[in-house]
Amino acid sequence: MLTDSDLQALWLTARLAGIVTAILLLLGTPIAWWLARTKAWWKGPVGAVVALPLVLPPSVLGFYLLLAMGPHGPVGQLTQTLGIGLLPFTFWGLVIASVFYSLPFMVQPLQTAFEAVGDRPLEVAATLRASPLDAFFTVAVPLAGPGFLTASVLTFAHTVGEFGVVLMIGGNLPGVTRVASVQIYDYVEGLEYSEAHRLAAVMLIFSFLVLLAMYAWRPNSRTET
Amino acid sequence: MKTKSLPKAILAACALLLSLSAQAGKITVAAAADLKFAMDEIVTIFKQANPGDEVVVIYGSSGKFHTQIRQGAPYDLYFSADIAFPRELVKSGFAAATVKPYALGRIVLWSANLDASRMTLANLTDAKITRIAIANPKHAPYGKRAEEALRSSGLWEKVDPKLVYGENIAQTAQFVLTGNAQVGIVALSLAVNPELSSKGGYWLIPDNLHKPLEQGFIITKRAEGNAVAKRFADYLDSKPARAVMTRYGFVLPGETARK
Repeated sequence: MLTDSDLQALWLTARLAGIVTAILLLLGTPIAWWLARTKAWWKGPVGAVVALPLVLPPSVLGFYLLLAMGPHGPVGQLTQTLGIGLLPFTFWGLVIASVFYSLPFMVQPLQTAFEAVGDRPLEVAATLRASPLDAFFTVAVPLAGPGFLTASVLTFAHTVGEFGVVLMIGGNLPGVTRVASVQIYDYVEGLEYSEAHRLAAVMLIFSFLVLLAMYAWRPNSRTET
Repeated sequence: MKTKSLPKAILAACALLLSLSAQAGKITVAAAADLKFAMDEIVTIFKQANPGDEVVVIYGSSGKFHTQIRQGAPYDLYFSADIAFPRELVKSGFAAATVKPYALGRIVLWSANLDASRMTLANLTDAKITRIAIANPKHAPYGKRAEEALRSSGLWEKVDPKLVYGENIAQTAQFVLTGNAQVGIVALSLAVNPELSSKGGYWLIPDNLHKPLEQGFIITKRAEGNAVAKRFADYLDSKPARAVMTRYGFVLPGETARK
């Protein structure tokens, strides 16, 4: 049914989304924790910056990234000095772009989950002589467990659904930057509707199942608390 | 007070929108991305000659416009970089009349930082060149011709790993302009624009290396009998419009290409 290049695009998409989710778990957790606990005045500005990709058109992000990662941009000059070369048209370029693009989808659910944990369990942990780090891993993280799942699922799904940024910095390379959404676009542009239909159906079913799983699971967690 | 004035405001906005869309003398043109600079100029001089007419141009890929027109997009004229698309629309009844060929396109090797005027396609195998941008040969007319030129020069296998694909010819040029690709195969009509030609240089790819880039336009079914659409279509045959097209490197019907 699906061609080899479709499978290649799907595998690439899954790999991209998986890596981005893993990176954002590491990167987003401390940011979300800080945002949930801090009373610093710059909580607002940081929160706004994190949320920016929610409102920014992908073309804005793609445009800035293309220039920044290009040979005359700051990121491009850094990567060239480090001997990595240029990031546009590479898989890791897409990873970096997607980390920016999906950041709020990781941070915001985590922040909400951490806020819901509140001060009380951590204070109790402190009276039991748990170090802050200890309390974080043994108390806050398990309590915020559902938040971690929601955040990871949303981040993964949102990265799968990425299109505009990839189109602008990807260069459409099979197996490298041609993700499923771009592959579908190519089919439509080439008037190959039956091929587009097949891959589009896969994406539709996947997205529906992901959201279904998340919503089916969520009410239980709410009645528990 | 507030609740009452809101519906009124919406009504007023709707009325305004309606009056705008019903305004006499406005047409929407869907044009292939290679026409960007030339068409902008033609529209400017057309408006000077016909002050009552309004022309809005949307640039994009020929293939996408083709699909959109089939789905009822409100375009009055459609300029395609590949004459096959409008021909197909005529056959399926989406056009008001026959296809009119308006130009032959040419492709060039262009770079923003190297002097491509001293290069030929053979230079693309140079190890210093790591990224070459072409339009996607799968659906972009200019990409198809770029692939043909590389194949008939026997270079395709060697340069294939270096290729990156632009969604249309304008994005291909943008990959080169930002320096993310050192060279690209783009439309001559884009490369001659001062913004591009002031950087690097270009080399005209001999037209015997690829099939002709025959371009054509149609007046769509919805614009049948639209006087402005007809005026604009006729204007392309006028001396000033032809002069603009020639200046942008298009070979016009009845003329021969420079080698």
